[in-house]
Amino acid sequence: MSTLGFFDMGGDAAFVWPAYGVAVLMLIAFAVLSWRRLRAAERALERITESDPAMSDDA
Amino acid sequence: MATGFNLHRFANPGRFLRLAGSALPWLTGGAAILFVVGLYLALLGSPPDYQQGDSVRIMYIHVPSAWMAMMGYALLGAAGASALIWRHPLADVASEAIAPVGAAFTFVALVTGSLWGKPTWGTYWVWDARLTSFLVLFFLYVGHIALTHAFDDRQRGRRSAAIIAIVGLVNLPIIKYSVDWWNTLHQSESIIRMDGPTIDPSMLWPLFTMIIAFTLYFFAVVMTRMKAMLLEARHRAAAFAR
Repeated sequence: MSTLGFFDMGGDAAFVWPAYGVAVLMLIAFAVLSWRRLRAAERALERITESDPAMSDDA
Repeated sequence: MATGFNLHRFANPGRFLRLAGSALPWLTGGAAILFVVGLYLALLGSPPDYQQGDSVRIMYIHVPSAWMAMMGYALLGAAGASALIWRHPLADVASEAIAPVGAAFTFVALVTGSLWGKPTWGTYWVWDARLTSFLVLFFLYVGHIALTHAFDDRQRGRRSAAIIAIVGLVNLPIIKYSVDWWNTLHQSESIIRMDGPTIDPSMLWPLFTMIIAFTLYFFAVVMTRMKAMLLEARHRAAAFAR
């Protein structure tokens, strides 16, 4: 398949690319948002255990 | 009784956090590799359909999204039952982690299906049994999310959401068998059939790759969200104790 043919998707580009766009956008959005939420929770917990070691699991 | 006891031991939040810590890199890595392979096969390594042409490539994201939406709802129903019947300590956390992901991919399945429908059926939407029951699935997810946050008493909201999750389970066999029970524009089952799949292997393998990629992704995202929620709860408890 030529590069032009690939992007044209046999004339169905207007349907194929938006479909992949929505799916990929959603996949990336949930991965990034979930990972950022986890990092924020880890940092918040680290801050509180650093300021008060008695709160730590190891204490 | 012993089974229930073991289940609760396994469901201990601390144990879950350790399990998530070791499983997440494998789930994330596996999903990333399979997405790269799957997308290559879907867009370049598989042939166009002899009738549908290249629009058939939408199948490689539409079917896995629909699979993820239904698997997510089955797990949401199971988590709802676990919360109401066994008071499973992680069930409510699992429900809150699953619902938005399930809703998002039900939406993706509806949009990609609609975009596939136009070149193949000549219409973006038709009120047939499969499409309508799938739209109902989307509303069930949205209802679950809304109910979870509808009450000041979070426990009351979670209980109401668990009930809608369990009641909504009846929609899953309706979605699955809608194409057999009613005359629908949507094609009938072509993968999970008693007499084997009717899709050519050159299309079946890319599809399987994408389905496994989406499944690993689903568990990676849900586990990440659950882990974040448990750490947030720990943080709240620690801040309250100070």
